[in-house]
Amino acid sequence: MDELQQPPRESSSNAVVFHVHGVTKIYQMGEVQVPALRGIDLDLYNGEFAVLLGASGSGKSTLLNILGGLDTPTEGHVLYGDRDLTRASEKELTAYRRYHVGFVFQFYNLIPSLTARENVAVVTEIAKSPMQPEDALQLVGLGERIHHFPAQLSGGEQQRVAIARAIAKNPDVLLCDEPTGALDSQTGVVVLQALQRVNRQLGTTTAVITHNAGIAQMADRVIHLADGRISQVDINETRVDASELSW
Amino acid sequence: MKALDIKLWRELWDMRMQALAIAMVIVSGVGIFIMSLSTLDSLYETRESYYREHHFAHIFASLKRAPLSLAKRIEEIPGVDKVETRVVAYVNLDVEGFTDPVSGHILSLPDNSRGLLNQIYLRSGRLIEPGHDNEIVLSEEFARAHKLRPGDKLGATINGRRKKLTIVGLALSPEYIYQIAPGAMFPDYARYGVLWMARQPLATAYDMDGAFNNVTLTLDRTMGRGANEQTVIDALDDILKDYGGIGTIARKDQFSNRFLSEELKQQRTIATVFPVIFFGVAAFLLNVVISRLIRLQREEIATLKAFGYSDLAIGLHYLKLVLMIVSIGVVIGIVAGILMGKGMSNIYMDFYSLPYMIYVLKPQVIIAAALISTGVAVMGTLYAVNSAASLPPAQAMRPELPAKYHTTLVERLGLQHWLSQPTRMILRHIERRPLKSLLTTLGIAMACGIMMVSGFQEGAINYMVDVQFGMSQRDDLMAIYTEPTSERSLYSLRNVQGVEHVEGFRDVPARLRFEHRSYRTAVNGVEPDGSLMRLLDTELKRIELPQGGVVLTDYLAELLHIKTGNILSIEVLEGSRPTVQVPVAGIAKQYLGVNAYMRLDALNQLLKEGNALSGALLKVDQRYIRDIYRELKDMPRVAGVVEHKSAIQSFYDTVAESILFFTFISMLLGSSIAFGVIYNSMRIALSERNRELASLRVLGFERGEVAYILLGELALFTLLAIPLGFLIGYGLCAYLASQFESDLYRVPLVLSQDVYAFSALVVLLSSIVSAIMIWRNLAHLDMVAVLKSKE
Repeated sequence: MDELQQPPRESSSNAVVFHVHGVTKIYQMGEVQVPALRGIDLDLYNGEFAVLLGASGSGKSTLLNILGGLDTPTEGHVLYGDRDLTRASEKELTAYRRYHVGFVFQFYNLIPSLTARENVAVVTEIAKSPMQPEDALQLVGLGERIHHFPAQLSGGEQQRVAIARAIAKNPDVLLCDEPTGALDSQTGVVVLQALQRVNRQLGTTTAVITHNAGIAQMADRVIHLADGRISQVDINETRVDASELSW
Repeated sequence: MKALDIKLWRELWDMRMQALAIAMVIVSGVGIFIMSLSTLDSLYETRESYYREHHFAHIFASLKRAPLSLAKRIEEIPGVDKVETRVVAYVNLDVEGFTDPVSGHILSLPDNSRGLLNQIYLRSGRLIEPGHDNEIVLSEEFARAHKLRPGDKLGATINGRRKKLTIVGLALSPEYIYQIAPGAMFPDYARYGVLWMARQPLATAYDMDGAFNNVTLTLDRTMGRGANEQTVIDALDDILKDYGGIGTIARKDQFSNRFLSEELKQQRTIATVFPVIFFGVAAFLLNVVISRLIRLQREEIATLKAFGYSDLAIGLHYLKLVLMIVSIGVVIGIVAGILMGKGMSNIYMDFYSLPYMIYVLKPQVIIAAALISTGVAVMGTLYAVNSAASLPPAQAMRPELPAKYHTTLVERLGLQHWLSQPTRMILRHIERRPLKSLLTTLGIAMACGIMMVSGFQEGAINYMVDVQFGMSQRDDLMAIYTEPTSERSLYSLRNVQGVEHVEGFRDVPARLRFEHRSYRTAVNGVEPDGSLMRLLDTELKRIELPQGGVVLTDYLAELLHIKTGNILSIEVLEGSRPTVQVPVAGIAKQYLGVNAYMRLDALNQLLKEGNALSGALLKVDQRYIRDIYRELKDMPRVAGVVEHKSAIQSFYDTVAESILFFTFISMLLGSSIAFGVIYNSMRIALSERNRELASLRVLGFERGEVAYILLGELALFTLLAIPLGFLIGYGLCAYLASQFESDLYRVPLVLSQDVYAFSALVVLLSSIVSAIMIWRNLAHLDMVAVLKSKE
């Protein structure tokens, strides 16, 4: 599946990056079937900042995992550009994550044995046209602390290292799972500012999932999820700057 | 069942592979412990019972010839209980259809009796009947080697006279539990036998009518034995010195008994060294596994404590888990130990000529095995269990802080540019837990070391044989004369067709003294320029025998604390029994027995005997070997012929199977340690770094790239452990060799490349098997869960 290696970036700014069609996901928990997604239709556009908003159990994480190539839907298709992720092999999904997706986790998931710079380098070393780890850290405002180990960084700083790690490979999409979930609101704002800067300066398509409605104001689009379905899609005419957010 | 106990069972089930790997190490430790100690107890018990029931003598003496009336004087020595005089003859035997030289000892037996002392154990047939002069009872091992049965005939040359003897019974004797020809290294049942014959006909044939040349006695046990024994020996020596006595020995120095005692000593060493290693490794593994489990269960512990469980209850909960794993190991280990112990005892019963084996399993051995393994395991985990119990609930509820790492020494030296991030992760992880890394490496190294011990024994015996019979004693045959004979006897040997070279030698029984130490052995007179008997120094270079001095076996020099240049006092126990002072001219390296060597002419000069010889060494053309045997058998003065090479060959045939068995067992033991250590430490590393590795998978790392981080560490440990294991193995072998050292033999510390290669191979294979299992685990890394979980 060599086509997956080529990013669909050259297309116009309104080009569809992800085309999600009729996706359902049912988890088999012993003898009980638990539906997590019950028919999702969604397009994500190039360069947009989308927030997937929903309560816990709404299916937002499942959707993000499917977009990130970590999970496959029970039914339906997910097209990345014109490539179908639901038909990709394990190896192809690994390559997809490696070259096209940047992940930011709720609990940062930094490698404790590597310094900030090295946590970024661990990804740039296997990417195709990465930026310098120092530049990525500069972008999230951590230029000064590149030689610190995770244990020597605060939660907000760790999350910004995680963002730097996610963007350093110049990914086509940035998928963020509750990036501020483990942080207080002041620190959370700093992290969101970093995400916003990446989105604006690099034009990276960004999807953030959160249950925090306060964050929704900084998005281009807010996709509401409830009970495994999209209940509502809001388009923000004017995006609020991340620095003005609070919750 | 209480909820907490249900939790225990489920957790045990979840970690069953790890628990099993640890239990196997405990099984090995308990198994060897019980096997060695029960074998030891069984051998002791069997030997004691055999000796007691068959009236094995306390004191033994050989002499040239004394009248029977002398027995009365011996009986009168204070402390003596029973005395039995005997006629003992060294003979050439003739088994139909077997051309190799066969020698043996014939011992006199009272008519219709199993003897007063050293009673034989009749296995089949009957005892000798009065009046049947040619009847003999034969040692069972010899009979078995030649498929001889009561009723069969056996030829013997006694004192130069051929006799046809009829076998009437097969027997064992407490005197010949280890049935080995004098001067031989290994038992060779086909070429050395023991026979019992009625007193009268033997005495007649051996010119011992109304006389005896061997006496054994028991001590009156009602008196204090220790001090008594030496007094009796001195008194007997004093009586026998006028009758050609060649030194009285106590039971502890009796040849067969000595060998058995050495074997028991080795068993005891094995019973201590190996279980210590296994229990140590098991304690380490339990500590590692339980510590990890407790770290994973911080929150559970906190919750339980929040509900009101006491520290003690929490501590006991984890202790129970440890005890369950240990119990599995102990129970299987006891069963394995008993089975192996019975197997070993049977091997011993066959190897030694024991009539029966009383398998003794002392309850205290089992209790000790259980207590020691449990105690060591509990000590190994106490710290972890204690920290679980004492964790304050509120603190335990919070996630652990990210592990602290530092840049490693390698990087501080400026070498970081050559290291990829994953390689740095490996190095920093190792450096963060230096003690654990060290212990893991040490554990794997132990496996390698144990493997080396198994290869060591075989290699050492090979080397011993090579040096002793390849470089030092280079004769094909050794002819032993019935009595000291003139040098002219060599002419008739040289004239035998096929004999290429002949050298005479003289053996004189003697007691060697230096300061207050003494040792009874033989002084060997050898031809100074001979090529068949060469003395070697520690570098295996030939030692020239000087005109006036004596050369001692290295071990004998150590026993006597004597050095080159010191004056040795030699009390000759033969002929005119002179005592002479001779300087020590050199020390010779020898692995078998202990001896003193002099030039043949110098020795004869000391003895004032002229050119007498005790026997001759022969180099022969193998094509004529059968003719030579036949001719030698016909020579009246040749009492026996010894051929070392065939003896060694037959020994190898006997033990080859058991060596293979022991190699297999130690391979199982070695790999159980290697696998136990490697698999457990990798499983824990996987569990500790599960999140980190899954994150990397999410970030696009392939399974192979992630495996590198984990397995790279394993590879590094294994590669470091192998050379360390070589060192440990060498040390273990050196320790065992030093423990096995005695005047009977010294085991050389020789480790061939094969031994190193094989040990390394077993460790590598164990690593690879663990790696494959971990690789399969890596396939199941849960990438989704890791996004949501915090540790």
